[in-house]
Amino acid sequence: MKKAHWEKNLVELIRRTSTDLPADVEQSIRKGLRREKKGTSAHDFLTMMLENAAMARRDSVPLCQDTGTLTFRFTVPTGFDTNGLASLTRNAVSKATRLGVLRQNTIDSVSGESYVTNVAHAAPVMEFLQGARKTVDARLIMKGGGCENVGRQYSLPESSLDARRDLEGVRRCVLDAVWQAQGRGCSPGVLGVCIGGDRAKGYAHAKEQFLRKVGERSDVKVLARLEERLMRDIRRMEIGPMGLGGKSTALDVKIGALSRLPASFFVSISYMCWAFRRRGVLLGPEGGVHRWLY
Amino acid sequence: MIKAIEYPFTEEKTRGLRVGDTVSLSGRVCTGRDRLHQFLAEGGTCPVSLRDGAMYHCGPVVMQEGGKWVVRAAGPTTSIREEPYMADLIKSLGLRVIVGKGGMGEATRLACRDHGCVYLQTVGGAAALLAACIERVDGVHFLAEFGSTEAMWELHLRDLIAVVTMDARGHSLHRTVQRKTRKALNELLGE
Repeated sequence: MKKAHWEKNLVELIRRTSTDLPADVEQSIRKGLRREKKGTSAHDFLTMMLENAAMARRDSVPLCQDTGTLTFRFTVPTGFDTNGLASLTRNAVSKATRLGVLRQNTIDSVSGESYVTNVAHAAPVMEFLQGARKTVDARLIMKGGGCENVGRQYSLPESSLDARRDLEGVRRCVLDAVWQAQGRGCSPGVLGVCIGGDRAKGYAHAKEQFLRKVGERSDVKVLARLEERLMRDIRRMEIGPMGLGGKSTALDVKIGALSRLPASFFVSISYMCWAFRRRGVLLGPEGGVHRWLY
Repeated sequence: MIKAIEYPFTEEKTRGLRVGDTVSLSGRVCTGRDRLHQFLAEGGTCPVSLRDGAMYHCGPVVMQEGGKWVVRAAGPTTSIREEPYMADLIKSLGLRVIVGKGGMGEATRLACRDHGCVYLQTVGGAAALLAACIERVDGVHFLAEFGSTEAMWELHLRDLIAVVTMDARGHSLHRTVQRKTRKALNELLGE
């Protein structure tokens, strides 16, 4: 492993993720802007979001000061040294923090003290999978606390919503979660939904949906239809950008499903803000860039 | 039309604002988050006067460049977390302007009405755009105690754009949207 290459390109992955809003997200905000009337706060706020994205990209500064939880997902070839990669990734996070690409954003939950490097237990979050390719597929999602706080998990049946153990029940949960969030998740957001799983894997799979591009529908027909139905329904709620009213409440809804126990039926919903930071890169065995993703 | 307001934010200025107004904010504001609010609410001494002042719910990314503090990113954080403290602080410190995102609750709405304070909502996540409105950093307090993110930064702003979502007349746009969208939700759940 050429340490310097790896570290440089991992820092670059973090820099791009923090400062450069992906094209699919930006396009969907632009599409939303066309639906809003000029002179409304919805129109003004979406315009400011696009201006902010352009400025962050141009000046290489964080899109959002809450640089969030960093979740890396690496898919590596057989026999690859994942411990080494984890250590390089921690170094890259520490360096990106010193460069001001990341905020000092990690707190010791017991003492209340701040970790100045953003490296601590389970920070950054790293997941390693094994793949068939010779390259390392490195993906990073940065998710801030505002939108993380409005995520919700339901255990069906949920009588207050008349939500039963079926897709209509799932639809009811998603609509409730969007309403409860109002503008606090920094709408227009993307909803990642998981039907089934246990409580832990349910949220994890809901977040995995954020690796899918905005506008792409599920391969599973019945889930794709539910995604479309929910997009129409959510538009009718008119929560709008930052919750001040308007048509742009959600940029997308992504639904995945896991098996479940007979006794459990969880619907886990993760909310991603409009400052949806997601990047990826394919790196060769020496840490050189093969191709940037997204 | 954009209404320009500049520090000091006197009661006369804040009482003239209504929900839905777009304002451009200039002059001194101080950042404050969870640690600072809790500290002040528990009787801690505020190192600067906030009378006719503004509190910005924000944890900025600040770098030291050439011996000076430079703010690289400074969008708002979720204000509702400060709801347990805000009403008391508006009253005791004489705050007139709160800047943040997501709006605040009943106690803050009533404190705004009773003490001539307004809540301004700005675009969450627009950290680069909002940092560009900061002309300079005039000081920092509690940097060692609370860390950079939670510290109290004294900022000098030029034309930060925000919308009045809670005014000094007791109106809250957040409450209005919540009620309207509740109706829409009920219709969707009735289908």
